[in-house]
Amino acid sequence: MFAADFEYRKAGSIAEAVQLLSDNPGAKILAGGHSLIPLMRFRLARPEVVIDIGGIANMKGISVSGDTINIGALTTHAEIASSADVQRANGLLAEAAGGIGDPAVRNRGTIGGNLAHADPASDWATVLTALGATVSAQGPAGSRTIAVADLIEDAFATVLGENELITTVSVPALAANQRAEYAKMAHPASFYAVVGGAVVVTMDGDRCTAASVAVGGLTPRPVKAPAVEQALSGTTLTMDSIADATARLGDDLSAAGVDIIGDVFASADFRSNIAPVEVKHALLHAIGLAHH
Amino acid sequence: MTTRIFGSGIRRREDPRLITGQAAYTDDIKLAGMVHAAILRSPHAHARITSINTDAAKASAGVLAVYTGADIEGVLNPIPCAWAIPDSDLKAVAYPAIASGVVRYVGDAVAVVVAENRYQAEDALELIDVGYEPLPSIINPEAALADGAPQLHEDAPNNQAFHWVAAGGDTDAAFADAAITVSETINQQKLIPTPMETRSAIASWSSAMGELTLWNTTQNPHIARFVTCLVTGVAEHKIRVIAPEVGGGFGAKIAVYPWEMITAFCSMQLGVPVKWTETRTENYVATTHGRDHVEYVEMAADANGKVTAVRSVVYAGMGAYLSTAAPGIPTILHGLMYSGPYDIANIKADVYGVFTNSTPVEAYRGAGRPEATFLLERLMDKVGDAVGIDSVEVRRRNLIEPFDNNRDVAIGITYDSGNYSGALDQLLGHIGYDQFRHDQEHEREHGTFRGVGVACYCEICGLGPSQVAGAVGFGGGLWESATVRIYATGKVNVFIGTSPHGQGEETTFAQIVADEIGVDVDDVEVVHGDTDTTPMGWGTYGSRTTVVGGAAVALTMRKLRDKARVIAAHLLEADEADIEYEDGQFFVRGARDRAQSIQDVALQANVAWNLPEGIEPGMEASTYYDPPNFSYPFGAHAAIVSVDPDNGHITLDRYVAVDDCGPQINPMVVEGQVHGGVVQGAGQALWEGAVYDDNGQLLTGTMMDYAIPRAHLVPDIEVHSTVTPSPHNPLGVKGIGETGTIASTAAIYSAVMDALKPIGVTSLDMPLTPERIWRAIREAGYTGNGHGHSHDHDHGHGHNH
Repeated sequence: MFAADFEYRKAGSIAEAVQLLSDNPGAKILAGGHSLIPLMRFRLARPEVVIDIGGIANMKGISVSGDTINIGALTTHAEIASSADVQRANGLLAEAAGGIGDPAVRNRGTIGGNLAHADPASDWATVLTALGATVSAQGPAGSRTIAVADLIEDAFATVLGENELITTVSVPALAANQRAEYAKMAHPASFYAVVGGAVVVTMDGDRCTAASVAVGGLTPRPVKAPAVEQALSGTTLTMDSIADATARLGDDLSAAGVDIIGDVFASADFRSNIAPVEVKHALLHAIGLAHH
Repeated sequence: MTTRIFGSGIRRREDPRLITGQAAYTDDIKLAGMVHAAILRSPHAHARITSINTDAAKASAGVLAVYTGADIEGVLNPIPCAWAIPDSDLKAVAYPAIASGVVRYVGDAVAVVVAENRYQAEDALELIDVGYEPLPSIINPEAALADGAPQLHEDAPNNQAFHWVAAGGDTDAAFADAAITVSETINQQKLIPTPMETRSAIASWSSAMGELTLWNTTQNPHIARFVTCLVTGVAEHKIRVIAPEVGGGFGAKIAVYPWEMITAFCSMQLGVPVKWTETRTENYVATTHGRDHVEYVEMAADANGKVTAVRSVVYAGMGAYLSTAAPGIPTILHGLMYSGPYDIANIKADVYGVFTNSTPVEAYRGAGRPEATFLLERLMDKVGDAVGIDSVEVRRRNLIEPFDNNRDVAIGITYDSGNYSGALDQLLGHIGYDQFRHDQEHEREHGTFRGVGVACYCEICGLGPSQVAGAVGFGGGLWESATVRIYATGKVNVFIGTSPHGQGEETTFAQIVADEIGVDVDDVEVVHGDTDTTPMGWGTYGSRTTVVGGAAVALTMRKLRDKARVIAAHLLEADEADIEYEDGQFFVRGARDRAQSIQDVALQANVAWNLPEGIEPGMEASTYYDPPNFSYPFGAHAAIVSVDPDNGHITLDRYVAVDDCGPQINPMVVEGQVHGGVVQGAGQALWEGAVYDDNGQLLTGTMMDYAIPRAHLVPDIEVHSTVTPSPHNPLGVKGIGETGTIASTAAIYSAVMDALKPIGVTSLDMPLTPERIWRAIREAGYTGNGHGHSHDHDHGHGHNH
């Protein structure tokens, strides 16, 4: 657990960080350090240059503008979990943030770092995909907006260019008639999602008028579930209709053409079977059918 | 009389330094000129080393030396095993500190680099070029004993390390005559102890003095010194072993490891202090593991559920080599406990110790007794099912009647005292057992699966009479000693041979002293962990520190009180027979104003201006206490769980413990020990397990994969007690360090099986992961009522359900 030699550079601004990335091919960005540092200590990552962006003030903090919550990429999970603005505008964001790892992880880990690392077991990737969030990415050519659903290509791989970094995460506020939930089976060691299911439903009374569903943890990248969404849309949500809808998740996973992850804790077969259960749990909690 | 400090739940004096990060562990110690060692470990479970080239490593920046197996040959003796079970054909195979020729598990040492700093040492490790010819490997202890299995040691055919049988009564006849027999195959999975502090050592060799000082994170510094003497050849009186703050041991810091011997070797070669500290990843392969049994167990009973016999065939994995105390664990500490708290006339334990290509196994909290309790409780549940009676009723029909002074059991040991049904009764009251059974019926109709598991236990603790230790092949004594010195100022130092590392004896031993001689508890300081400053002792394990070491302290205080009485009589110009003692005051009977306090007496004893004839100066005494018997704590625990049939998730809803460790010196410390033990036992039932692949690679090699219990997954543990003093112990105490672990795995497992009973699940391997539960439910044909979500569940986090 002793990292190989590396050069440490501290970026004072986003522009400087981008410049340092351009000047140092293969350099790694250090934000909260919760993914990069362990990899370096295991010597699984050996960047020659580490660029610390932790001091860039305008990458931190939360602001709500109209129907959008803008979260600086360096904002920690704990800050998001405890933000009154976030809790008011989108309770799911706060709840998901509060369920990441443990307090030490939440106090250091950042939302931008989490997304850029693109761990398949990330809670953020699944939740933000369901919520239709976007990220702003800054590169030498300027800034661009990428939907979180499009950001992650594969396990630990994003569409970000070599010299790009995420600066802001933008999340739509929930409307008054929207309900959102995330349910996960957490790995008992890491608390990472073995299977996570995130749902956003727009309700007209008991009837669902629109649904957004994503699952993660069992797939290299979050997978949207259009078949489940269609089954929910226009349906009065009951235990039975929810069970019927979530039973279609298998079709969505097949259609997505992704490998299902398996390990010593949970096989691929088990995860495939549990994914509909987690989505069902999320839906039941979202509409208040589950007992607490 | 003031409130007794014995029995008072005062706060642990250890805690401020521990919880503010001011405690100094081995790795915190920095010596002038100290350099750093890193160990190259085998990536193969079994391989022949065909070549080692260290040239590039030796030339690497900051490197002082690189040593391999060839370098230690003839200099460092093999690591000895200290528990040679008699009549077991035990194979004391060579256990070299650095492998030469063959590596036998992932983690076996191949070379060591010493460099100016640890980073340089790690850099150089990567430059060592080792040629390996991989050999077939074997991990499962039962499979390792089978014909055709890969062979680890030439002198241990079939990988058999030993074969031990213990029996009482006529087990075969009892089974032949039995109305009911039940059987079970139990996998006691391999566990990784995971103390908060990994292992660490600093060796400092003084060639001028011919002395070796070894700071070592150990549970038993005196044993460590003894073994270091055997391995390094440095004479025992020229070795000083210091156990600084030790951050948890759980048995994994009993052994003397190759790693600190390598560290000593490096210091002796280079003439500078050398530090080696394990990384967490290294800890998972290089520090001993626990359990690892494959067990075939059977129980016989009459038609009423009265058990007549229990027998086992146990394949106990030893790992690649025999660690210090390893052979004693599945034998003496396991097989001899097959009666548990029950009256069973015929018992037979048939135990094979087996070498496997995995990390050596050692004691792990409970050490043999959790395994014994688990199999008894598992079989007791099955007998209850076979007879058609409730799991509590079957236990009640088999518990030994209360006794207060010695009860022989069929396996050939003598329990000291017990009131097993008393503990069970109290437990049932606390959990509201009958009400739970009533509610459970109703809940099951609604597709909610809750279960209750009750585990009764009795454990062998307070190790132990040295004669017995010798008779069962333990390579040392098991007595303890204490020296107590009262200074002229009335302050007290207690020097003990045991070596607490989190159990709180700095506090509880001060309470013993304060209680025995009437000084303020804050005037007492307990000194431990340094072979140069403490008297001989055999260490802290087996719930023995308070039972044996505490007894030594108490008896020492009584000697000092006797001496003080003589001096007080002299000072009071009274006859000794007329002196009474109470609460730190010696006074003339009938004249309380004519008194000398213990402090007055201590002052006079230390200045020695006016002592009675024949009384030596000083106020100091020592005791070497060898217990006449083991102690046998006992109790009854219950767990209540919910199982979600949708996703296999288990929620631990309630946990209630009733333990009897005799009189409690400090109930808060007792409660803490129960909490920790229960949680570790829950870990085995629900989360923990070392998993290897077919090539002997540890797949659960990091804390991201190996799940130790987390606080939010454990309910508030309800701790209760009964008090049945040990008749032979000067304090009546029995030990509490392991009770939680011994009972909780069995209780939780039983609760889960109880929850799944209506579904038809009858057997499961631990840990009870969601996938195992989910599969078993499906294989049992359960399809649910379609609404299996309708109860509370909490699968981790992320969602407040």
